[in-house]
Amino acid sequence: MTPLLEELVIAIVKIALVVGALLGLFSLMTWIERRALAFMQFRLGPNRTGPIGILQPIADGIKLFFKEEVMPAAAHKWAFLAAPVLAVTTALLAVAVVPYGPPFTLLGRRLQIQIADVDVGVLFIFAIAALGVYSVVLAGWAANNKFTLLGGLRSSAQMFSYELALGLSWVGVIMLAGSFRITDIVDAQAGMARGWFFGWNAFVQFPACLVYFVAATAEVARIPFDLPEGETELVAGFHTEYSSMRFALMQMAEYINMITVAVLGTSLFLGGWHSGIPGVPSDGLFGFVWWGLKVSSILFVFIWLRGTLPRFRYDQLMRFGWKVLIPVTAVWILITATGVALASR
Amino acid sequence: MDAILFYVFGGLAVASAVVVIAQRNPMYSAFALILTLCSLSVVFALLGSPFIAALQVIVYAGAIMVLFLFVLMLLNVTREEDRPVRGGRTLRGVALALVVLLVLEVGTVLLRPEPATMPPFDSSTRRMAEVLFTPHFLYVFEATSVLILAALVGAVALAKKDF
Repeated sequence: MTPLLEELVIAIVKIALVVGALLGLFSLMTWIERRALAFMQFRLGPNRTGPIGILQPIADGIKLFFKEEVMPAAAHKWAFLAAPVLAVTTALLAVAVVPYGPPFTLLGRRLQIQIADVDVGVLFIFAIAALGVYSVVLAGWAANNKFTLLGGLRSSAQMFSYELALGLSWVGVIMLAGSFRITDIVDAQAGMARGWFFGWNAFVQFPACLVYFVAATAEVARIPFDLPEGETELVAGFHTEYSSMRFALMQMAEYINMITVAVLGTSLFLGGWHSGIPGVPSDGLFGFVWWGLKVSSILFVFIWLRGTLPRFRYDQLMRFGWKVLIPVTAVWILITATGVALASR
Repeated sequence: MDAILFYVFGGLAVASAVVVIAQRNPMYSAFALILTLCSLSVVFALLGSPFIAALQVIVYAGAIMVLFLFVLMLLNVTREEDRPVRGGRTLRGVALALVVLLVLEVGTVLLRPEPATMPPFDSSTRRMAEVLFTPHFLYVFEATSVLILAALVGAVALAKKDF
């Protein structure tokens, strides 16, 4: 095989692997979320389909597949059809630059499950997140329904406001690592504090870490920031008019974004695949275990929050985003920059 | 490979730019403009400047166009009515565009007789920062930010007429 062809084959295998795994994880997440929420509320949740209900996502998928596709008569047809596609596209674009687990050696080749190790990885994700707003806006507007329009407006304002805090929370991390490349940021954390876990950005950059997870929760519109789809006032917000598979696509985009946020948080703040204890191995299979544990605990916290917190009021949401998160990160960037400048003297 | 990508995204940029002005529905125009900006960003990436490409999407496609759409949705702008195409006007417009193109082409040829080649340049993030934040361009850069701040203050003053 020529080198180009070989690269191409590796890329395609990686894409198939990552997308396939994400789709599997998405359906698993819907079931885990429902079960976990049910246990938190002293219910059982879906436990009838298959052992402990694990086949529930498949049953749901089949049900959605056979449902009628409804499109409002007054909808803007093309925009209505494009919105779910755009949602899934942007969600799947963002997953391309995050690393899934440590680098490993296979058949004499150094590989890493990461579709593209881009030079400006963090900025790329930021750019795609900025585009992610449009699927919501388009969906809200295209259905030609006042509830969806309000939902679309709300979410565009919310995502726009929290995107700023999200992006600013990365600045300190980038300054410490001196690179936009996500794998560099992971390795930079392992090099601090002699490999102990308190060298991770979650400790070194504690305020930024906090802001990241708050802003990311808002960005993927999870409780307590799920105002775009606030049931009691907006029916289901921007995706009220979607049914059947289009609804499933919207749902899929949401879950994939959530997984991306967790994977990115693991890489930027939790030391990626490193064990955090000197002497405990973190290469090869061990790395995957540490990495998987970190990602799944973040995902569990998202579910936990949903079972615990009430929803923000809209003005509180805006005030919190603009008057608390952004000033805090701005001050923190100043502190980090001073520290980096003094250290490089 | 690069050439194919360039023609695909260059063509997409031009086609969607035409849609921006040809479309009567402002929402579709706005979305076509987003597509133009995104395809331009791919062209930047192909030119070897991923940093500019990312900024193009973040600032223009991400931030500015969201505000455009926000205003369009708040005002609930509907489709403008079709106006009959007037032959004379269209012809004059096309002629003017051709003249401008010709002038630009002639100007380019006159000013740069050697074949247009791109000088090798380092467009990495580090190099960009070095150019922007050294005394060479620092004052211009800071002056621009003051200018933007002035616009911001002006907008706040307009929105809040009674102090």
